[in-house]
Amino acid sequence: MPQFRVPSAIPGFGLTYGFVWLYLAIVILIPLGAVVLFASSLGPVKLYALLTRSDTFAALRLSFGLSLIAAAVNAVFGLIVAWVLTRYSFPGRRLLDAAVDLPFALPTAVAGIALTAIYAPNGWIGSLFAQGSVWASWFGPLKIAYTPLGIFVALVFIGLPFVVRTLQPVLSDLDKELEEASATLGAKRSVTLFKVVLPTVFPALLTGFALAFARAVGEYGSVIFIAGNIPGVSEIAPLLIITRLEQFDYAGATAIATAMLVLSFFILLLVNLTEAWSRKRLGHVR
Amino acid sequence: MELKIKNLRKDYGNFPALNDVNLDIRSGELIALLGPSGSGKTTLLRAIAGLESPDGGQIFFGDRDASRQSVQERNVGFVFQHYALFRHMKILDNIAFGLRFGQGRKRKSEAEIRRKVLELLDLVQLNGLEGRYPSQLSGGQRQRVALARALAIEPQVLLLDEPFGALDAQVRKGLRRWLRQIHDETGHTTVFVTHDQEEAMELSDRVAVLHKGGLQQVGTPDEIYDTPATPFVYAFIGDSTSLPVEVHNGEAIFEGRTLRIGRVDPPDGPGRLHIRPQDVSLTTPAEGVVRGQIIGLRRSGGYRRADISVGVKHDRVEALLPPEQEVSVGDQVGLEFRRYAAFADDKEPPKLGLAREKQAA
Repeated sequence: MPQFRVPSAIPGFGLTYGFVWLYLAIVILIPLGAVVLFASSLGPVKLYALLTRSDTFAALRLSFGLSLIAAAVNAVFGLIVAWVLTRYSFPGRRLLDAAVDLPFALPTAVAGIALTAIYAPNGWIGSLFAQGSVWASWFGPLKIAYTPLGIFVALVFIGLPFVVRTLQPVLSDLDKELEEASATLGAKRSVTLFKVVLPTVFPALLTGFALAFARAVGEYGSVIFIAGNIPGVSEIAPLLIITRLEQFDYAGATAIATAMLVLSFFILLLVNLTEAWSRKRLGHVR
Repeated sequence: MELKIKNLRKDYGNFPALNDVNLDIRSGELIALLGPSGSGKTTLLRAIAGLESPDGGQIFFGDRDASRQSVQERNVGFVFQHYALFRHMKILDNIAFGLRFGQGRKRKSEAEIRRKVLELLDLVQLNGLEGRYPSQLSGGQRQRVALARALAIEPQVLLLDEPFGALDAQVRKGLRRWLRQIHDETGHTTVFVTHDQEEAMELSDRVAVLHKGGLQQVGTPDEIYDTPATPFVYAFIGDSTSLPVEVHNGEAIFEGRTLRIGRVDPPDGPGRLHIRPQDVSLTTPAEGVVRGQIIGLRRSGGYRRADISVGVKHDRVEALLPPEQEVSVGDQVGLEFRRYAAFADDKEPPKLGLAREKQAA
């Protein structure tokens, strides 16, 4: 039997434990429970029917698929950004470092409008790939804004700081002696990177990935401007929920919300378990 | 492998970490780099490994100039103070790291690697722990794994940076004896850094004493202790007190009394006479070379330490006395010195307190 109350040198377990439950209940559990409760009142048959509507299914697939891809891309490039910002000192480093936080601070609608303006076929970057560009003459025109590709760009934009900010402290705490030990044993720089450095920062990388993913799944503001919102093609799940609500289709909205909740929960659980496992291997037994 | 270090220089800004260091390390010897913190001993060790790039001078591994070689090419075994084990790898994989990923090394089969690792684990007396992770081992065990990992690549030189610094006193003593054994068994040329003079004296064939980036003296532990070459070595190794003297024609004059100077011949002028407490004996005031008054008595192990105020300026001399000798505070006594050395007066005398403090740490 695991003991519930362990005498501790630091008192207050009962109080803080109760507070945690109360707080989480008010902030997270009750609102989300209401969603699930309402969805379950629909009954399994109706729920199944609502979720397997082609536009719902497409929206969920788009949201989760793009979020996973964007988080993965952020994990790779965020690692590089964090590495450069912590490992090297160069003029303008602090400025770049501060710029990483901008997606956090900016109202998402502003980000969405800015991205749309730039990636639209007549925008700065969009025009490089649009009809008549050098790119188009080789590979055919590529439309970024108003397609899933545009959504991907927005999701990468808003997810980057999560990866960079979780990795930075870990990278700066990284024991330099580990790399030196690897070098004295004759390992090339690349071997040191892949066999010594990356496995050490892997748990933090996973955390960053999970945060970026969670943010991307729920992202609304920046995406709707650039997405084009073509049903079945570039319509994300959060937007579909809004659409359903505007049509007073509360059951439909709740069904999608519940599906998102359950999927997100399981993906995050999986990431957390992987992270706990790799942390344990590293000797941070909790 | 013989090591030759020639005119090695390393500056950190305006601060010279290594100042024209010349040192020959003989093949197969166990040599200690000893000095207080900031003396440049670790910088020297890291320069030998190639982890630090010197600003001038050369390092020869045998006849080969290693100065232009990368860390990877030098094939040195390096043991870090805090072990630097790869935490995500089992002990087996830690020790096998150099065998698997070392550049320019002939690839071995997994079976060969495993055999070699188990052999090394046997050498460091950690049989059966190959499946553990570093976090499951004690500090002493981790340091032994680190040594096995360094030995696995069959290094030309074994370099240890304060290898026992992070361990408690009991474990440290055991490991010290054990390291000497391993050295005698494997015959690697070994250089280790320490600030602990006891460790340096007990463990090594020769000791190189560093101070402020310069080499003060290199010699066997006996030479270092019995015939210190510089005032710093006198002060840093063991106990000593000193008296201001006037040197004239090979004699040291302390307030009118002359003492013949033995081996070190400082130039005429102001100097300091260094004496170890155990070389001081007490007689009657009439017989002694120097007269003084006992101002303090302390028990120290099997002896008694006496603080003696000497001469008109009340310079302090320490004496180590057998406990049965009957003295008490306030006695007027004469002092005789069995052994001493005089050095020209240093502009900046070594800070005794500091040196003492480092030894205790």
